[in-house]
Formats: sequence, C-alpha cells, structure tokens
Amino acid sequence: MAQMRRRLSLVETSTVVQPAVSLTGVSIAYGLKSGGRYEAVAPVNLSVEEGEFTAIVGPTGCGKSTLLNAAAGLIRPASGIVSIFGQKLDGLNQQAGYLFQADALMPWKTVLENASIGLEVAGMQKGEARAKASALLARVGLKTFLDRYPHQLSGGQRKRVALAQMLVRNPKILLMDEPFGPLDAQTRLIMGELLIDLWQADRKAAMFVTHDLDEAIALADRVIIMSAGPSATIIGDFKVDIPRPRDVAEVRADRRFHDLHSAIWSVLRDEVRKAYGQFAAEPEGAGA
Amino acid sequence: MMDRTRLIGLQLAVALGIILLWHVATTTPDIFNVKTAQFFFSTPADIAARVVKMFSTGIIWRHLGITLVEAALAFVIGAGLGLAFGFWFARKPFLAAIADPFLKAMNSLPRVVLAPIFALWFGNGIASKVALGVTLVFFIVFFNVFQGVREVNQNILSNARMLGMNERQLLRHVYWPAALAWVFSSLHTSVGFAVVGAVVGEYLGSSAGLGYLIHESEGVFDTTGVFAGMFILSVFVILVDVLVTVLERHLLNWQPEQSSALAKA
Ligand SMILES: Nc1ncnc2c1ncn2[C@@H]1O[C@H](COP(=O)(O)OP(=O)(O)OP(=O)(O)O)[C@@H](O)[C@H]1O
Ligand SMILES: [Mg+2]
Repeated sequence: MAQMRRRLSLVETSTVVQPAVSLTGVSIAYGLKSGGRYEAVAPVNLSVEEGEFTAIVGPTGCGKSTLLNAAAGLIRPASGIVSIFGQKLDGLNQQAGYLFQADALMPWKTVLENASIGLEVAGMQKGEARAKASALLARVGLKTFLDRYPHQLSGGQRKRVALAQMLVRNPKILLMDEPFGPLDAQTRLIMGELLIDLWQADRKAAMFVTHDLDEAIALADRVIIMSAGPSATIIGDFKVDIPRPRDVAEVRADRRFHDLHSAIWSVLRDEVRKAYGQFAAEPEGAGA
Repeated sequence: MMDRTRLIGLQLAVALGIILLWHVATTTPDIFNVKTAQFFFSTPADIAARVVKMFSTGIIWRHLGITLVEAALAFVIGAGLGLAFGFWFARKPFLAAIADPFLKAMNSLPRVVLAPIFALWFGNGIASKVALGVTLVFFIVFFNVFQGVREVNQNILSNARMLGMNERQLLRHVYWPAALAWVFSSLHTSVGFAVVGAVVGEYLGSSAGLGYLIHESEGVFDTTGVFAGMFILSVFVILVDVLVTVLERHLLNWQPEQSSALAKA
C-alpha cells in the first residue's frame, strides 16, 4: 500500500496531462450477510484518458458495474486509489455523469422534469434548464414525450431520457452501464449512432460497459476485457484503430473490425464459459 | 373479463334478493312470529321510511356533519403527524431504534380502551373523538411513510446523488415524493380508520354524530333506528371512499394503474 502510494505521488508530480479516470491497484469487496467477504474485483490498474471512449466487456457478474460504481465514488474500494483528473477521489465523483444499468428515473417526475432536474439542482433558472433539457430530449427523439411519466414509456425511451438526463449537465466523464441493455439489435444500432454523435461534439472520457462485443468495437477507442469473478481482473486491453468518424453499422463490415473481433473473442470466450459454468454450479451467485 | 353492466346487474340482484328475503321473513305471519321478528330485525320498509324521515326532517344533517368534521380532523392531524414522524424517524435510525418498543406497545393497544380516558381529558365534545381517530390514523401513516422512506429505491437515490443533489434536494425530490406515495397508497385504510375513530368515539359517549344516533336507538331497543343509522353510515363511508379514489387518481397520476376499475367495483 505505502509503496503504491509513493509511486502514485511520483506519477502525479511528473505527468502534465492527468488521465480523466485512473484506478491504481483498486480492488473491491462486498461484505456478505453470512459474515464473509466476496472479493468481486482483484487489484486492477486502469486509466482512461481525456477524450477516450473506453468500452468494458466481460462475462456476466464479473464486476463491470462494480468497477463503474468505484469510478463514480458510489462504493469505496477495499484497496487502491481512484483518481479523477489526478485528484484522489473522496466521496462522490462530481465530474461524472452516470447512466445506470437499472432504471433510475424518478417515477414521479415527467420526462422533461427528469431531464432538467440536474441543471435545476445546480442552481440554473427553471426556464433555462427546461429549455436546455427539451432541446436535448428533441435530439434523442423524445420531443413529443415531454409530459409523459416514465411508466408510460418503452424501455428504449426510458434509456434515452436517462441519456439526456446525464448529458444535460455536461459532465467531463461519462459512465455508462449497459445503456442499451434491454433493447433489440436495431434500436441498439440507432442508439449507438446517437450516442457517438452526441459524444463526438466534445469528446469526453467515457467508460462504457456492454455485453455486446460488436457494439464495444464499433463505438470505442479501446476495449477492456475483464475475467470472470470472483477476484476479476483485466485480462485484455485492445486499441481500436479504426478511424473516426465511423458508421456504427457499416464499420462491422470493416476488415480491421473482424480481426479485432476474433482477437478479443479468443480472450473473452474462455471467461464467458467459466462464468456460465460457475453459475450453473451455484445459481445464487448470478445476482447482479 | 366480466361485462361491467352485467356485474352491476348481478350485484343489484343480490341486494334485492337479500332485502326481499328480509322483508318476507319479517312480515309473513306463517314463518316467524311477526312481532318478535320485527323487534329483532325490523323490516326493510320501516328502515327505508325512517331513513327518509331523518333526511326530510333534516335532523340527520347535523349528525352527519359532526361525524364528517371529526373524521376529517382526525385524518388531517393523524396523517400530518404520521408523515412528519415517519419521515423524521426514517432519516434518523437511532431515534427510530429508541422509539421502536414504545411505538409497538402503543400500536398494539386496542384503541377502544382509550375512548374513556380521552373523554376524561378532552371532554365529551368533538375533541375526544378526533383524538381517538388520530391514534388510529397516525400509526397507519407513520408505518407506511417510515417503511417507504427507508426503502426508497437505491438506484433512484444513487442516480439523484450523481445528478448533484445535496441532502436537502434529495429530501425534496426523492424522499418526499416517495413518502407521499406511501401516504396515498394507505389513504383508503387511513380515511376508513378516521371514520371508525369518530363513530366509535361517539358511540361510547357523546351527544351528536352517527355513532351517537345508533347508540341512542340501541338504548331504547329501536331496531329500526339502529339499522337506519347503520345504513346511513355505510353509504357515508362508501361516498368518502369514492372521493378518496378520485383524489388518488389525481394525485398519483404518475403511477401505473394498479388494478382495473372492475376489480375494485
Ligand atoms: N451488494 C452486493 N453484495 C454482495 N455481492 C455483490 C453485490 N453487488 C454485486 N455483487 C457481486 O459482485 C459480482 C460483480 O457484480 P456486478 O454487478 O459488478 O457484475 P456485472 O459485471 O455488472 O454483471 P452484469 O453484466 O450481469 O451486469 C457479482 O458476482 C455479484 O454477485
Ligand atoms: Mg452490471
């Protein structure tokens, strides 16, 4: 620990451009009701540069959401340090917007209210906040849904509200946990295009969790592979050197896409098998 | 699914059937002794006549009004206190832990036994009935709000935090609406109990209200009066319940429809 800290401070003083998110020796453990501890993520090192779109893939239950929660400051790592633009993170990550894996819209607020609340609580005039929010909602195709409540929307529409809710505050770091999780293949494509469109405008650091390898390669600059848990680690780190702007749908026909896909899949395949084997053996471990 | 008109038709038929049976059993000399039967059960026609008389002479309005005022006050005060304490305790688990055995003890007490002591403290007027209703309403709302605030969806909470809300803003935008939803979802029960508190209080000692009317009739073995009072009380409760349903629909319009109107009817 002490050693690591020394090394980190050395890094801090010597580098000029700090990574947006940097995890150094971060491990995360959950206390179990039975009294034991479950180490979900073993010490990992990962840094995401400013402007870098990083996709994280891994078998189900490996700890992708856990890692994102640590980057958001929602859970405290058991060991290691989370730094945001070079500053040690203590408490919530104020620089980040987080699109949760589960539905997290406030059911008692309309689409517009949900999208604008982030600005309103930051002190912006209500009118101005609403105007900004509805402009963004229009961009994600929800212009005619402003007065609906979340339960009156489809799964994909809810995800788009959540996307607008996150983006409207203009956070420097985007944390997205399977934002297109429950959607069908075609909608995922359209949403992916939309996301890249919005992201392209002022490239922010992004950590994007997905279980769809195609999607990861099509959208990201870099794909991180996590091993199956417990004590999951990062077992692969691939640069996606397909130039932007990319057509999220067409890029899948690209040669480099194919090469990358088979390279990544050969690493991922065994882990996915391992995870499924494990869950088949002890079904209660599958809760995420 | 059953057709709505058919359902109502059947419900009416059941009601008519019961009334008819009642009428025949209490007015046909060959079945029971008519005098005895009418002493114990009165007759539908007499009861109807009595109800009409109560309304045409206008004496009923004062009693209805008093019961309504008592129930309304009991509800407002009980729900207000329940909301405030439920909210407060849910946010301060230590306080809740201290208060827990006392609250449980108080809640396990049958409220009827409090009526005489309330009469002693607050007199025989409205106040003692309101107090009784408050002790009923308070606990329902309190436990609902307490539970509701403590079990606010963690995802919504984390999301709200990530959106930059501070503690005060979380209270206003997350905890408060969640707590209100629980108050409203227990609205039928708590309004019902407010009426129960008022009527039971009147029944046990007062000089006005529906409970008093019923008690008075019982005192002189006026079965017709008792049934007429019960009938008016039922209709009163049903009307209040309909009002609550309308209010609920208006206030909880952000929630998905829980059950169809048919299932409720
Ligand atoms: N609160 C918790 N208490 C105990 N264990 C937990 C808790 N939350 C998650 N876990 C465990 O930690 C591991 C990682 O969970 P996590 O939700 O990060 O997985 P994931 O990679 O996001 O999975 P998925 O792709 O299914 O969303 C899982 O094995 C899970 O069972
Ligand atoms: Mg997850």
